[in-house]
Amino acid sequence: MYDVVIIGAGVSGAAAARELSKRRLSICVVEREEDVCCGTTKANSAIVHAGFDAQTGTLMAKLNVRGAALMGPLCEDLGVDLKNIGSLVVCTDEEGIPALQALLDRGIANGVERLEIVTGDRLRELEPNLSDDVIAALWAPTASIVNPFQLNWALAENAYQNGVEFRFNTEVTGLERVDGSWKVSTTAGDLSARCVVNAAGVYADVFHNMACEDKFEIVPRRGQYFVLDTTAGRHVRHTVFQQPTKLGKGVLVSPTTAGNLLVGPTAEDIGDKEGTDTTAEGLAELLAKSPLSVKNIPFRETITSFSGLRAHRAEHDFLIAEAPDAPGFVDCAAIESPGLSASPAIGEMVAGIVDGILGAEMRDDFIAKREGIPNVEWATQEEWAALIEQDPSYGRVICRCRKVTEAQIVAAIHHPLGARSLDGIKRRTEACMGRCQAGFCTPKIMEILDRELADLGYDQVTKAGPGSELIVGKDKELEGGDAR
Amino acid sequence: MKAAYDIVAVGGGPAGLAAAISARDAGCGSILVIERDRELGGILNQCIHNGFGLITFDEELTGPEYAARFEEQALSGGIDFMLDTMVIDVSADKLVTVVSRAEGLVQIQAKAVVLAMGCRERPRGALNIPGFRPAGIYSAGTAQRLVNIEGFMPGREVVILGSGDIGLIMARRMTLEGAHVACVAELMPYSGGLKRNIVQCLDDFGIPLLLSHTVVRIEGQKRVEAVVIAEVDGRGKPIPGTEVTYPCDTLLLSVGLIPENELSLSAGVELSPVTRGPVVNEILETNIPGIFAAGNVLHVHDLVDYVSQEAAVAGRNAAAFVAGNLDDEVGEIPLVATDGIRYTVPQSIDPSRMADELVVRFRVGNVYENRYISVYFDDERVKHLKRSILAPGEMEQVKLKKAELAAKPGLKTITFKLEEA
Repeated sequence: MYDVVIIGAGVSGAAAARELSKRRLSICVVEREEDVCCGTTKANSAIVHAGFDAQTGTLMAKLNVRGAALMGPLCEDLGVDLKNIGSLVVCTDEEGIPALQALLDRGIANGVERLEIVTGDRLRELEPNLSDDVIAALWAPTASIVNPFQLNWALAENAYQNGVEFRFNTEVTGLERVDGSWKVSTTAGDLSARCVVNAAGVYADVFHNMACEDKFEIVPRRGQYFVLDTTAGRHVRHTVFQQPTKLGKGVLVSPTTAGNLLVGPTAEDIGDKEGTDTTAEGLAELLAKSPLSVKNIPFRETITSFSGLRAHRAEHDFLIAEAPDAPGFVDCAAIESPGLSASPAIGEMVAGIVDGILGAEMRDDFIAKREGIPNVEWATQEEWAALIEQDPSYGRVICRCRKVTEAQIVAAIHHPLGARSLDGIKRRTEACMGRCQAGFCTPKIMEILDRELADLGYDQVTKAGPGSELIVGKDKELEGGDAR
Repeated sequence: MKAAYDIVAVGGGPAGLAAAISARDAGCGSILVIERDRELGGILNQCIHNGFGLITFDEELTGPEYAARFEEQALSGGIDFMLDTMVIDVSADKLVTVVSRAEGLVQIQAKAVVLAMGCRERPRGALNIPGFRPAGIYSAGTAQRLVNIEGFMPGREVVILGSGDIGLIMARRMTLEGAHVACVAELMPYSGGLKRNIVQCLDDFGIPLLLSHTVVRIEGQKRVEAVVIAEVDGRGKPIPGTEVTYPCDTLLLSVGLIPENELSLSAGVELSPVTRGPVVNEILETNIPGIFAAGNVLHVHDLVDYVSQEAAVAGRNAAAFVAGNLDDEVGEIPLVATDGIRYTVPQSIDPSRMADELVVRFRVGNVYENRYISVYFDDERVKHLKRSILAPGEMEQVKLKKAELAAKPGLKTITFKLEEA
């Protein structure tokens, strides 16, 4: 019997797990995929929003502002890349000015600091590549960009260090209230828990509806993005948002913490909870809309495109509460944008609700810090040389595009909750994320995975868990023999 | 740690090796070749098919055999090597910074640098192919490495997008290893590969080449399950209603090669937007004196023989640069590519410094039949060379003689163009 079972190892589930691990509780996170960060958390704008966007009084507004305030110290503690670059909401005609002013007023009401409307030369100085049509912008200096993969992993890893158990490749198939606790049926056996946290992203409705009479629905809202090479990463300095126009909600252009340029997202309500495919129409929309705010985007430098699904609910607010008709069942649902920004505050709130149910006491041996994997790509030569002193395999570059070394890949495998797949390595180290898109480093990383993981052979290495094997067999002359 | 060499070649593939050998043979006694892989030879090591060396050795060698011939010459003395070593920076004053497991971070001061980093394959993302992102999508070169070096099959039922040479070679290779290659789809109305590869790798194995077709969708959440191929119109846009679904577990991409010039950029080397390689003069020197470039980093070649020839020129000139033996400059004459010719390498010629015979290499932008390659010295046509067929997939070359230019003092522009019969 666990005190708490958390469904989902995305950023919400991981943030809740970490907060709860400050208490004397037995906690287990169950995750359908092979790794943390496999759903919405891995495919979004990677923004820490300032907090002016959400309607005042909503949970979204409250948790966004609180989450953004917590994010800096949290990323410091957990070794997560965060850059406070600020954001701009740009306006291209006089008619848009009142709406910009309204955003500013809402921001102030939500508790966002240092908001300002900027125009003219000063705006161009802030952001030289704005489209010539831009006449004004709401500048939010407190907005940041964050590495969502690192954040998710770091939260989970730190929770693990503090005793939280993680079960991967484990899909919840049933929830039943039995004798005052929850029976959680999974594809890998039954669990029981005094309390269940439903942090299942686009599937949160499925689990809620298993446990509760009062149903709701999550409608996945797809967002498609382009990722441009680091050579284009300085095309803008801020996260540049567009005001909604008659063409609909705008798209953003932003640097990422990894130095790329991100252009997106679309916003399409789709029925399919697995619909993470890109479409010709969606990508064309990005090409058409992005120049409204930023000029001369070097799309020739595009290295990939992707889709993510926002866990959208018609009410358009987070749902974080103990379900009225299901004692001990805590929803952490409808976490759409600004969910990543709010995640530290979401963790706090979930833990607070669980406190109200279980009344656990705080522990005094909580480990609050964790160290990330050193990055050599942006390191000075002195820093890099010092790392090689410590471990010579920092001198062997595996991913040439992002300068990721063998030591980093080995660390990604052997850290707690380490990587077991190519995508796992990618999210933890940025290997495969460069301009060749894993062309050169795939065989080398497969070799390292094979070497470092006793239970994984070269031909069993996957892109992203079971079913995504990279190899289907041996060459003809090697069939039946040992290839290596 | 710090070291110093007269010439550093960045890359130990065919270009770096040929440059180092010719620099040594020209009398340079201090040469270092830096190779990121554990072995010399570069991408040739995974090119186990034959057809290499017809021009250089008058034989059909495999890639590793061709590389071995150059390695043997290079290893015969006078050249130092750093293997398993990555160059992380080249500065304008030719300070080369490298890292390796064995030596850590090392700075090497060179008097001249030959850029010989080769090229990389364009990835899927550069094409904006919609759909899912499952396992089973490989660049043709990655698949080639898996099959030829690692000994593993990346798939059994294969569709290939792009008819670049590596894609064509892999169509045959996968077939020989027992996979079924359903088709090769090519966006353009012509192939980007060599004619001989289309014949030997597709036609001989009954693999259809679908010109003016592209992949419009990739199906499969975990592993590729199918790709949808459609015909495209004259502007490369898919034509609705022409979609055909090919069930498969693998999509190989052979959709272009990009010279790998990140280090060149860090040194401040000017690149051509057409070749995406450095802009060079008659001695294959970039805009930075003493930094030379050759091979696929300069412009993508079809035949390694020409890579070796080109790199030998760069190496010889690097040696002359170091020795202070280059003739005085009298002024660069720009080479202009127009009317069907996309670019030339070099992009300019100083007649005083050019070799007695200088090879100008270039590509055309479309398929042309019965055209003339014409070279104009200002308004005067000095060469008019008949070609029955010209294609973007086949590099062309024209030789200019020093004597021809010497006879034209005051020459302002040399123009390369295609003319109709």
